[in-house]
Amino acid sequence: MTADMLGQRVKRTEDQRLITGKGRYVDDIKLQSMAHMAILRSPYAHANIRSIDTSLAKAMPGVLDVMVGADVPYNPLPMAWPAGGSAGLQNNVNMPRALATDGVKWTGEGVAAVTAETPEQALDALEAIVVDWEPLAAVVDAEKATQSGAPQLHENAPNNEVFTWTVGDRDGTDAAIRDAEVVVRQRIVNQRLIPNPMETRGDIGLYNPGTDEYTIWMSSQTPHIQRILLAIFVMGIPEHKVRCISPDVGGAFGTKIFTYADYVLVLLASKRLGGRAVKWIEGRRENYQSTIHGRDHITYLEIAGKRDGEITGLRVKTYANLGGRLSTIGPGIPTTLYARVLSGCYKIPAVFAEVTGVYTNTVFVDAYRGAGRPEATYVVERAMDLFADEIGMDHAAIRRKNFIPPDQFPYENPSGLGTASGGAKIYIDSGNYEPALNKALVMSGYLDAEAARAEARKRGKYLGFGLSSYLEVCGVAPSKWIGAVGEGWGAAMWESSNIKVHLTGKVVVTMGTQPQGQGHETTYAQVVGHELGLPIEDIVVQHSDTQGTPFGYGSYGSRTSSVGMTAAIKAAGKIREKARRYAAHMLEASPDDIEVDGATYSVKGSPDKKKTLQEIAFALDLAFDAPEGMEPYLDETAYHDTPNCTWPFGTHVAVVEIDEATGHVDLVKYVAVDDVGNKINPMIVDGQLHGGIAQGVGQALWEGAVYGDDGQLLSGSMLDYALPRASWFPPLELDETVTPSPVNPIGVKGVGEAGAIASTAAVANAVNDALRPLGIRHVDMPLTPQSVWKAMQAAKGGRA
Amino acid sequence: MNEHVSLVVNGVPREVDVEPRRLLVQLLREDLDLTGTHIGCDTSQCGTCTVHVDGKAVKSCTMLAVQADGSRVTTIEGMATAEGLHPLQAAFWEHHGLQCGFCTPGMIMAAADLLGRSTEPSDDEIRHAIEGNFCRCTGYQNIVAAIRAAAAAMRTGDAVPSGAVQGGAA
Repeated sequence: MTADMLGQRVKRTEDQRLITGKGRYVDDIKLQSMAHMAILRSPYAHANIRSIDTSLAKAMPGVLDVMVGADVPYNPLPMAWPAGGSAGLQNNVNMPRALATDGVKWTGEGVAAVTAETPEQALDALEAIVVDWEPLAAVVDAEKATQSGAPQLHENAPNNEVFTWTVGDRDGTDAAIRDAEVVVRQRIVNQRLIPNPMETRGDIGLYNPGTDEYTIWMSSQTPHIQRILLAIFVMGIPEHKVRCISPDVGGAFGTKIFTYADYVLVLLASKRLGGRAVKWIEGRRENYQSTIHGRDHITYLEIAGKRDGEITGLRVKTYANLGGRLSTIGPGIPTTLYARVLSGCYKIPAVFAEVTGVYTNTVFVDAYRGAGRPEATYVVERAMDLFADEIGMDHAAIRRKNFIPPDQFPYENPSGLGTASGGAKIYIDSGNYEPALNKALVMSGYLDAEAARAEARKRGKYLGFGLSSYLEVCGVAPSKWIGAVGEGWGAAMWESSNIKVHLTGKVVVTMGTQPQGQGHETTYAQVVGHELGLPIEDIVVQHSDTQGTPFGYGSYGSRTSSVGMTAAIKAAGKIREKARRYAAHMLEASPDDIEVDGATYSVKGSPDKKKTLQEIAFALDLAFDAPEGMEPYLDETAYHDTPNCTWPFGTHVAVVEIDEATGHVDLVKYVAVDDVGNKINPMIVDGQLHGGIAQGVGQALWEGAVYGDDGQLLSGSMLDYALPRASWFPPLELDETVTPSPVNPIGVKGVGEAGAIASTAAVANAVNDALRPLGIRHVDMPLTPQSVWKAMQAAKGGRA
Repeated sequence: MNEHVSLVVNGVPREVDVEPRRLLVQLLREDLDLTGTHIGCDTSQCGTCTVHVDGKAVKSCTMLAVQADGSRVTTIEGMATAEGLHPLQAAFWEHHGLQCGFCTPGMIMAAADLLGRSTEPSDDEIRHAIEGNFCRCTGYQNIVAAIRAAAAAMRTGDAVPSGAVQGGAA
């Protein structure tokens, strides 16, 4: 009997190549006669282009081709997720082109592309391109950009407004706030972040003049979606003439979901060169300037409730900075994925949000790990603390009082995810929030907080505890709901998997999802091995090539374990069913009399009459003796449209000490109790949580993309952007509760983003908690020594 | 005008003609096809290009190829031997010290430098020793655990203690 590896801490299959230097990332691929591309980027945040002279560059050594915007015969890059979707809300859409033609809207927007024999020659030639610029006034702050007199970016977007979208019960929330015993108001900023996967983006384009086919190797989370978007929406060529391949992807965190200009440019350049391969690899400073950023909200929150701590209403106005033009799903993030989950894990009867999407002279903002949900969690978790402080209530007690009770699931979310036309609904699948809170309080020492504070004061430190009881939504679905409310990226959200049991009993699993470090080659093998009774060594998992994998939407939004794995389970079920029918034929029994135990198919009551899956596959794949009507081969594909989203939750507690002299914040303890349902591989789950928590802590304490008022990116390199280092973290202490999701057969909820969603609020709450004795109510992130010291000085009446 | 560089890489003598501006990391990746050494930034911050030059960890983007003339260079491809994986490689695998794997080669080379200097480093020492290497996936936690486990295995000569229940491939 093969050991069942589902739920075990299995070492990852993919690691062997990655620890020996044999990974294959896009820049590791060399094709015959490959040329290299470099892109000239705007030095101005806002400017018109009077003229571009490329004649000198064209004469440079090794230069093969120079393109400007007018040379690109394609449509702009698609924007597939307008706010409100089919609800008919006006979105003032401005989409980027592969190279700018009508001026530039941010520093780093591409204006010309050079292809040369070597990367160095291409970079050298950029210097020889002469652009006659007409600089214009810039605006980088979303709130200021909507005010009168602000520089205007686009003629079709008065006051730089992309949209103003609302959700929730406006009248009910107005009334709740009007009639409340207590209302607390606060302006909070969720600052812009640079996602920073360790591998920048890059791609290789190859046009085949003999077949008129285009192949692109891309560091992408979504090769299948990119094929559709590139073929149909941008280039106007048949879908089956484009092949997208994602090799090993060196981290992504959302940045590699989208359609980027370079995809178009390498394919066009290859065509213009008669079919030479063209490689483009993004430099890190280019990555900072021209790959999407995340977050960047300015929010005015109002939270209302009773003196006993019962919250009765939450009203929010948010300015969401979307950049100079719209990225692929930019408008969807601060609307559906933010405002519809604002109430978190609390039973708040009246919630209303108004979100204004805004153009500014900054690079586009789109989904970064958590995408909307960290921003929502930050709002509601800061609001809970602010309200508790106002009425003098304990931070844990106010959460406990307002949690959705465990007997109320499935629960219809009051801020809007449940409301859809056409009968489709999304509800919170399952939950039990208090046990995770209780466990986290014990682990963190919260119950002895006052003693710890007093002890720290003796050492010149202010100590604070920060709670974050978060709720995440994963695996957004079902397609029917997305279709009904029009809040998808113009697409459904199902997943796919194919399983082949080959002649020797070895199994190949392919899937539509696309890993970027999550270990899918291991976890799919664990799941399929469990379903078919096979050791994972007998299973290979392949992915990431539109030629050879079934269509799938890729990996983001923590959807692979819930949606993708269920497709694999369904495909395995089909394999089992066909194997059972053929076993019946081999054993001269009725299919109904065949019992399946792992990989053994035996006749009921005659356990000696049996065949293994390997024997069945061998016979059926040869098909020398297949019965009438049965097709040869064990080869099955399944598509799975999940009936609902999954909703992981938990409580994180951060403990910080602030130095009273310098404002330096030391994260001294971090406790995370997460409930992600059942786990396929707890080792991988822990790793996802560690990484997510670290990114969220980074936002709270150190990270921030900073643009000067003139639109120059001041945090423009890894020297300037405070990416967290190993010595900045204490050991992260993890524990769990387990509330299986009823949505999928293995009861998983998803974990890719949970850490990042929870931890920012936990650490920010801890810092604000520590500063409370000074009378400080709220300090915006990042909570650097500079900002904390300034707040402390101001509170003491000193000079800041 | 190209320059001639003679060096020993992973025990093998190599002769390469390079442009004077070529960096060591480019020589390794482009001229010798040793693509396990990665490039993650342009300001010598990320550490993904870390290799050993004459036994010391060096960010290979901070060195011109011509400066490596006459040197012995070890890259991630040179860490495993016929007997098997280097204890650090085994420990990163056992303890889930990698996710996307992009920082891993540089991280292992930086850690090997530490373990050459210190046989029983504390967690603080480990965290400081890899300060020049960014990882965005792991929060560093399992990297620290892996380096700690590798140090123990190298002290005792035993196999790396398991953090997992079972091997993946091989």
